Amino acid sequence: MKAGSNLEKVLTAGHFAFTGELGPPRGTDAEEVRKKAAFLKGNVDAVNITDNQTAVVRMASWAACIILIQEGLEPNFQMVCRDRNRLAMQADILGAYAHGIRNMLCLSGDHCQFGDHPQARGVFDIDSMQLISMVKKMRDEGKFLGGADLEHPPQIFIGAAANPFADPFEWRVHRLAKKINAGVDFIQTQCIYNMEKFRKYIQQANDMGLTEKAYILAGVTPMKSVGMAKYMKNRVPGMDVPDDIIARLQGVAKDQQAEEGIKIALEQIEEFKEMKGVAGVHLMAIEWEHKVPEIAERAKVLPRPTVE
Amino acid sequence: MIVAKRKPFDEIKELLKSYKKVLNVGCGTCVAVCLVGGEKEVAVLSAEIEMARKLDDNPIQIDGYTVERQCDREYLAELDEMVEKYDALISMACGVGIQFLAERFPDKPVLPAVDTSGLAVNQAAGWYEERCRSCSSCVLGWTGGICPVTMCAKGLYNGPCGGTNKGSCEIHKDQPCAWYKIYERLLRQNRLENLMRVHPANDWKDQTPRTLIQPGYKKPEN
Ligand code: SF4
Ligand code: SF4
Repeated sequence: MKAGSNLEKVLTAGHFAFTGELGPPRGTDAEEVRKKAAFLKGNVDAVNITDNQTAVVRMASWAACIILIQEGLEPNFQMVCRDRNRLAMQADILGAYAHGIRNMLCLSGDHCQFGDHPQARGVFDIDSMQLISMVKKMRDEGKFLGGADLEHPPQIFIGAAANPFADPFEWRVHRLAKKINAGVDFIQTQCIYNMEKFRKYIQQANDMGLTEKAYILAGVTPMKSVGMAKYMKNRVPGMDVPDDIIARLQGVAKDQQAEEGIKIALEQIEEFKEMKGVAGVHLMAIEWEHKVPEIAERAKVLPRPTVE
Repeated sequence: MIVAKRKPFDEIKELLKSYKKVLNVGCGTCVAVCLVGGEKEVAVLSAEIEMARKLDDNPIQIDGYTVERQCDREYLAELDEMVEKYDALISMACGVGIQFLAERFPDKPVLPAVDTSGLAVNQAAGWYEERCRSCSSCVLGWTGGICPVTMCAKGLYNGPCGGTNKGSCEIHKDQPCAWYKIYERLLRQNRLENLMRVHPANDWKDQTPRTLIQPGYKKPEN
């Protein structure tokens, strides 16, 4: 056990993991976090707390993580390289760990240009690969990046994101390998819609022995409407939404599109459960947290295992 | 070469507001090549200022003079006698030239008329693309001769990030993804293994003013 987090325990025990996501509020209301958390409690093994997602300022990820812990859920603390330098990052990691945070997801972060402060100076002092190595160094060697000793090293279960779809596709699995070499324990993928491409990707990962070295959680985001599907296809960088998904949503009445979106997600989850190399699902129900209990129920992933 | 862009006219005018006799100093090197601070541009700016000040009923005497290179002592010496007569200087050189001019004439206000934007290549007439941020630890040997510090919107050393899309950067579809290009270049050279190396956290050397002394030379004792 590297960190002894619930997520790590569930995965090492061989259970099919199920994680959720929660975006902190654009303000100070802790209640908002608690409300969203209530929908996730008991339905997921850990909850990703996004870090100024899409470069829009929100309540600090670590702060929302603490609220989550108070509510009896396990957070997965996201950290982006865009907003802080290596000193601030290490300081936040120490503080987060002191408050009981045990999982971390290391990300580069979307470019500032997309957010609510496009004039901001992006930091990118270190990149996501270097962040992974830094957390590993802190944990396994008890050293800061600068080399000094660190008292009581933070025992963190280290995660990263992978996008199986962005070009060059041939390179993607190698990039996964690189993140694993840098020291990640688990991977959550970008939302998957192109199942065929994903099958190819995971096949390659299996062939390279990567799925034995890190747990891969497949990213799932249910589509709420045709509009959302089109937006994802055309506007979200690195997203691969095949035309048949759009056609399928278009094929049902408008008020049935959300249900159809959930059905697609459920079919995906069924397939992931059987897919060699996939250790679980990361459900990103963006601003749709209240649907998580229903989705978890219908995906037959309940009750969530308790591992001692 | 170093490229720069002229400052907005109103900003220049504001900087000059309280001066009556001004020398506008151009530079015949990089900024002349990138069409912003050479002899011709000096003449144009001086004329614009003169006219604007006349309209404001606040006349100014403005003269132009373009040196060969503003970042070189040898060429600045020509100005020594001239400068006396003015109450301020405008510089149309890059940031280095402006500072050197200011250093030579510490009693005179030296005001920039251009914004220096970096080290760039000339793509076509009047079109320049930044290629180097002078980071002091060049990684071009690993990256197939394409600079990730400058050309990747996030300055990543271990890219590509998840936002790369059909060869474009996530910030804009017209902006090529540097890491996609690096991949293509290395693939072509059979050097893809370069990409597998985890490049360690960069040793940023821009934290303190940088000095460079080439081997075999030394800092002169003043
Ligand atoms: S890595 Fe890029 S910024 Fe650094 S010296 Fe080389 S070309 Fe310039
Ligand atoms: S898309 Fe490519 S160039 Fe743009 S930030 Fe990502 S890696 Fe850098």
